[in-house]
Amino acid sequence: MSLQHYLVISAILFSLGIFAVLTRKNAISILMGIELILNSCNLNFVAFSRFVTPPENIDGQIIAIFGIVLAAAEAAVFLAIILAIYREFGSIRPDEVDTLKG
Amino acid sequence: MEFTLKTFIFYGFALLTIASALAVVTVRNIVHAAFALMVTLFGVAGLYVFLQADFLAATQVIVYVGGILVLILFGVMMTSGRLEMRIHIERGQLLLGGGISLALLMLLLTVIANTPKWENLTDDGTAFAPTTERIGVLILKEHFLLPFEVASVLLLVALIGAALISRKEVRE
Repeated sequence: MSLQHYLVISAILFSLGIFAVLTRKNAISILMGIELILNSCNLNFVAFSRFVTPPENIDGQIIAIFGIVLAAAEAAVFLAIILAIYREFGSIRPDEVDTLKG
Repeated sequence: MEFTLKTFIFYGFALLTIASALAVVTVRNIVHAAFALMVTLFGVAGLYVFLQADFLAATQVIVYVGGILVLILFGVMMTSGRLEMRIHIERGQLLLGGGISLALLMLLLTVIANTPKWENLTDDGTAFAPTTERIGVLILKEHFLLPFEVASVLLLVALIGAALISRKEVRE
């Protein structure tokens, strides 16, 4: 298992997340894509911290912990906004929320 | 690289992660996508174990699988009636999005393959050292004390904000 193995896995996860964000027509599916992107980012941090820095240095893992904290906060606010949108529009399809469109 | 049990398990986890992530973005039923996401998150936790990040692997399972995934399922229950479980996809958008993400993947793979600094950095078999104690010292005593406090304030703000946004509006 080399660094490149992990980088390839994380690159695939990242592009799958981008694909979900670009093509899905349901706000919750977009949230899942964002979670995939955040996971690939955390995996990169931990892999670089394991292979590139000296073994006693684990700063990358701590950055990944803060990444998990951010993901939790982001998911909570995202779902609150989705609930408010659902109450207002009766749907969570992002292209139907177009009140600001001229 | 000799093919030991360890490499076998590693490739198993890698395949599990990628296959279930593919299911997350292609499956039409949103509840099935959520359960595929659970498998992906477990797979990433397994990869953390291979990177000798034991505390992070446990945190991943507890926070993501136990917290965020349950939150996502609650969101599905509260916003999707029986009719909206299936995800609509438009063909043109599918082609465009697929092209963009495929191009992005090719770009990333090219960069990974052509960076000489990252070659031959293999698992040198250093003895495993538990990380929990060092993480605790680093967060509560050394360099990361200020980011830790900022993260706690951020979580408080997110908590209050989420409760405020999602509450029912009281009309006068």
